[in-house]
Amino acid sequence: MSVTHKVWKLGADIDTDQLAPGAYMKLGIADIATHCLEGVRPEFAAQVRAGDVIAAGANFGIGSSREQAAGALVQLGVKAVIAPAYSGLYFRNAFNLGLLLLTCPQAERLEEGESITLDLPGRAVIRSNGERLACDAIPDFLLEMVRAGGLLPQLKKNLQQRKEPS
Amino acid sequence: MKTQDAPAQTLAQKLIARAAGRQHVAVGEIVNCQVDLAMFHDSSGPRRLKPMLEELGAQVWDKSRIVLVMDHYVPEQDDDSRRIVRIARDWAREQQLPHVYDGQGICHVVLPQKGHLRPGLFCVGGDSHSPTGGAFGAYMFGIGSTEMLGVVVTGQIWVRVPQTLRMRWGGRLADGVSAKDMMLHMIGRCGMNGGQYQAVEFCGQAVRALSMQERMTLSNMSAEMGAQAGLIAPDEVTREALAQAGVHDAQIDGWDSDEDAQAIVHDFDAGALAPQVAAPHSPANTRAVDQFGDTAVQVAYIGACTGAKLDDLRAAARVFERAGAARLADGVRLMVAPASQQDQAQAESEGIMARLRNLGAQVLPTACGACSGYGGSIPDGANVIATTARNFKGRMGSATAQVYLASPYTVAASALRGRITDPREVLA
Repeated sequence: MSVTHKVWKLGADIDTDQLAPGAYMKLGIADIATHCLEGVRPEFAAQVRAGDVIAAGANFGIGSSREQAAGALVQLGVKAVIAPAYSGLYFRNAFNLGLLLLTCPQAERLEEGESITLDLPGRAVIRSNGERLACDAIPDFLLEMVRAGGLLPQLKKNLQQRKEPS
Repeated sequence: MKTQDAPAQTLAQKLIARAAGRQHVAVGEIVNCQVDLAMFHDSSGPRRLKPMLEELGAQVWDKSRIVLVMDHYVPEQDDDSRRIVRIARDWAREQQLPHVYDGQGICHVVLPQKGHLRPGLFCVGGDSHSPTGGAFGAYMFGIGSTEMLGVVVTGQIWVRVPQTLRMRWGGRLADGVSAKDMMLHMIGRCGMNGGQYQAVEFCGQAVRALSMQERMTLSNMSAEMGAQAGLIAPDEVTREALAQAGVHDAQIDGWDSDEDAQAIVHDFDAGALAPQVAAPHSPANTRAVDQFGDTAVQVAYIGACTGAKLDDLRAAARVFERAGAARLADGVRLMVAPASQQDQAQAESEGIMARLRNLGAQVLPTACGACSGYGGSIPDGANVIATTARNFKGRMGSATAQVYLASPYTVAASALRGRITDPREVLA
């Protein structure tokens, strides 16, 4: 039995000021995360559960380079974001922080609250009714980075390997 | 057609190929690049990098290639900002960083003014408006702090070689119409993510005619188009600007797109362009200024790397001067945060700052300030017209403010009349 994930449905153009509002940028990620998406879904930060996923419209993560906009979702335990298109800068930040982004042209078919499963090798999101939504390929080195938990743990591993005598 | 050995390359491809140690690169391939320069600020930099470096037990790869600019939390207004800026200052001292600019202005403007940019470089910045450096013919893009850590430790970063969108501007801008209007128009036409993380290249007669700082405005707002980089092939204007910054040995030849390089071309007519305004809450929500009827404004903000460089201040001052106005419209508050100390000093010497003060403008520190809601926030419920780059809901610190984006000409004209105004009416 594969793991299911509950869907939080958002619209298009979710920007970094909605994910990590500028006024809270002085704070640590745990505090920023409590304000994540408060402008569009005030209940999100309090009610999202580890393993939930976000399904959104196009251009998710547009705006700032602040990686806290991806870090806040990691902090809240969001498993993945599923959207037809992302800001390129946000895309890099997310994988660097270990957040999986699935580029799914049909993401808008997903409904609020439904349970889905992820088929990563098969590059698909599987809906509760069995419908498969195809996702774009992700380069292997980025998938490895997500598996490692992000760039920092990966760098740490690489540096340790370099230090160990061969 | 060129031979297989020497395929036609865009400027973006040439810059990336050089950094990747290759003769040429193909669109879509992922390559590892050697970074010539890494710039970051107090918000994205030391407070995030220092703990991660310590966790790794790693050293900075090359201090001479790092530029640190304190611009987001200066001047410090509370305990949190004092703590953040202190971390940056302590780390700069500890590391003995050779290039640190504290309270000198906004990073994207300070970086070229201090002579750190030149054509051919491959640079990253810990800020989304880092494409500004593309105006100098350098490949520069924004990255997050964790990715910056990777650069700071290894000196390298991966890129997927982008397609190039060539924005070809023919004709000549009318008086009172500026680079900001060109950019708002392009973003309105392409959308906030229309750049699809490709490289945008601005070219054509109207781009060649722009001053260096106006070109920087184009490259700067490539971020709002969702492009990775915003490039302009260097020319004599670039050479002159570099010389003023003390860079006399820059190579400008060869840093341009080959004639037959593959690119998606969009044509624009500068002569037909009216001043543009982006309505709340998106920079892509753009229409010509005459579509805004009698929209009243209570706050006019001239600030940010996008809109408070010397040429921006000059543009605003020209509108005020032409109107011969002794004061602004009733109930309008004008705030000016010059983009750098150097620009402010020059504006002082040209009488621009005195003119602005005489009109009752509140002159704010040369920092990011209200643009990003980091300081000097705007009042709740106000209609704001700003020279900044973003009008996302809540961006400037108030969720109920309505922020309109426009050029310095339009912001000045609107401050005079108390409603969104076509600056050509004032300048005529």
